[in-house]
Amino acid sequence: MAHGSIRRPLRAALTVSLFAGLAACSAPGSDTPSEGANASAAPVTAATCGTQPVTLRGYFETGFPLPKNLADEFSRQFPNVKWDIREDQFAVITQNAPRVLADDPPDLMRLPQVSELVKDGVLKNLDGYARAFGWDKWPASQLEQMRVSPTGARGDGPLWAMGLNFSMTGIFYNKKLATQIGMTKPPTSLAELDAVLQKAKDAGLTPINQFNGGATGGLAFPLQNLMSAYGEPGAINDWIFQKPGASIDTPANLQAAQHLERWIKAGYFASDINSQDYATMMSRFIGGKNLFIFDGDWESGNLDKQMAGNVGFFLMPSAQAGGKQAAMSAPLTYGISSKAKNADCAAFFLNWVATNQQARDIAVKVGGSHPMGPSDAYMPPVAENTVTAATLAAGATIGKDNGAMDFIANATGAIYAKSWTPQLQKLVAGQQTPDGLLKSVQKDYESQVKD
Amino acid sequence: MPAPIAGRRTRRPRAGWLGWLFAAPAVIMYATFVLRPLSLTVQYSLYDWNGIGPSRWVGLDNYRRLLTDSELFSSILHAFELILFFSLIPVLLGLFVAATIRGIAQSRLATVARTVLFLPQVIPLVAAGIMWSWLLSSTGVVNEVLSAVGLGGLTRAWLGDLGTALPAVGVIGAWVLVGLCTLLLLAGMSKIDPGLYEAARLDGAGPVREFFSITLPSLRQEIGVCVTVTVIAALASFDIVYIATQGGPGNATMVPGLEIYYLAFSEREIGMASALAVALVVLVLACVLPLQRLTRDGSR
Repeated sequence: MAHGSIRRPLRAALTVSLFAGLAACSAPGSDTPSEGANASAAPVTAATCGTQPVTLRGYFETGFPLPKNLADEFSRQFPNVKWDIREDQFAVITQNAPRVLADDPPDLMRLPQVSELVKDGVLKNLDGYARAFGWDKWPASQLEQMRVSPTGARGDGPLWAMGLNFSMTGIFYNKKLATQIGMTKPPTSLAELDAVLQKAKDAGLTPINQFNGGATGGLAFPLQNLMSAYGEPGAINDWIFQKPGASIDTPANLQAAQHLERWIKAGYFASDINSQDYATMMSRFIGGKNLFIFDGDWESGNLDKQMAGNVGFFLMPSAQAGGKQAAMSAPLTYGISSKAKNADCAAFFLNWVATNQQARDIAVKVGGSHPMGPSDAYMPPVAENTVTAATLAAGATIGKDNGAMDFIANATGAIYAKSWTPQLQKLVAGQQTPDGLLKSVQKDYESQVKD
Repeated sequence: MPAPIAGRRTRRPRAGWLGWLFAAPAVIMYATFVLRPLSLTVQYSLYDWNGIGPSRWVGLDNYRRLLTDSELFSSILHAFELILFFSLIPVLLGLFVAATIRGIAQSRLATVARTVLFLPQVIPLVAAGIMWSWLLSSTGVVNEVLSAVGLGGLTRAWLGDLGTALPAVGVIGAWVLVGLCTLLLLAGMSKIDPGLYEAARLDGAGPVREFFSITLPSLRQEIGVCVTVTVIAALASFDIVYIATQGGPGNATMVPGLEIYYLAFSEREIGMASALAVALVVLVLACVLPLQRLTRDGSR
């Protein structure tokens, strides 16, 4: 009996392995989509939604009302267009994107970083629409993150996605607390920022709350800001865009990582950032618990509502006063599946979002960010003294300084969760050095880019 | 009706055929939803595949990487560390609590204690994870209690500290599983012949001697079930860790279950994820089968 109990699972295991042997006849994934990554775009002359009833299938991100608001306004203006919208959290969309685009193609979908999706051939090449609608005449920096060349590097090549607007990042501050420690105007150099942080610390305030717990290493925000203060945004973009030979392990970036380490050791961050999630950071900042957060203008509308008059925004200062400034700025990316049924209508919608006056109003008022489109396009009026006005104005500075960067978290699909996040958490815990952090991320990056 | 002889001849095969018919719904479900995915996982583990594009046969390369990649290997070590919290503590604590409850079996307190201890089993693991991440946060109840009793120096963000994150996750698991063990062991205790205790008492045995000479040996099988279930829960843990820490900070709580998920859905390495999954199945079997033998032997 005793032996029987051992033998039975063994026999079962053998049966299972037999099954496995039988199943292993054809290799997985042979059903590759027919349109390859390099399929050229058909010239499009008049992409519209027509006059017949159309139902656009959308796959949007939960928690952000902008796309839904735009979709509703679009249906009001074009009553023949109805929407069938599915929503998920961004993390879920990121994981689902390849399969959903291949198996259950939506007409319009919120996308993560596009390079791997382009490689899989699941996205529609938008070059034809870009020519027809004149998107190629917009400021090039708006679209460059969504261009992927045939070699897989981002930054140029055909266009594979579009933005609903583009975000701007920097430092939000609590005006009341700032006055309390004598910060009357935003710091203009890194040294001044350091001084403000020290003053806040001395006054017994928490200088910075930043999410850095779980799988979300939010210290990537200040780190990349410091990188651009010490170095050139162009070099950082090259790395993010997977340009051949690009490295994150440079002397300027090392200075940046060392500077971040000094901030950590000086106690400028809340002591529990390694278990702080994004929602905690927001609720503490809104509750007046700290001076600064590093975040983006997708919160502008929210902050203007919840901290009306008490919240300010400034771009990361350059190393020396008067130097050029840079910021992470990325389009809110939406793409069209290569198998979409109503691709023309979806493209027409994307063009409408960038060019229609009501749509641009919604993009700013609901989304808080700058609309896409030509630089001389209509801009909705924004009340002065709001943080929305401050973030929009910052966009102009970044445009002038040519300082827009994608996020270092977007370099590859896995670099954020698997490299930046654990390494930054170890830096906080004192178990990683600035040099080790950059070397380790670069090593992971190289192995991921090679695949 | 066929002739009696023919009928006797066909009875056995027909009974077998009928048996299969009754078993068919279960067998089909099992084959479709257990055997097929299992065998596909084994197959995928031999390929380099991103889940969409064409795949490439790599033989045992994925398994080789499993043994050489320190990050993957350390996730397996973390799972073994969790056994301490998911198995050892619940079983020991369960034994103690069950013996205590049995001692007060007649009072109403016993019913209340049983219900309270079993409650964590009823709560979804996700809810337990969220609740505990509040309790263990830097401003949570755990730290408040520590400060109140003068141990303010110990307070920290328990789930955000590289040194305490894994034990903190372990505590959540122990909290969930101690009720299950208690209930199983209590059921086992109620089967023990009261005459044995009476005889022992006549022979002059105290409660401790009773526990070690009668209760513990009689519970061999129940302990076996407890240990098996909890060891599997430790090695294959996912939900609690995913909710509480997502493997962070700095991979301190990375376990194989979570690693498989990240490999498959964020790194899109279906082959590597499958290889780790197969290795995890083998590991669980390698731990659990000997346990089965150990606890069953000599009981019959």
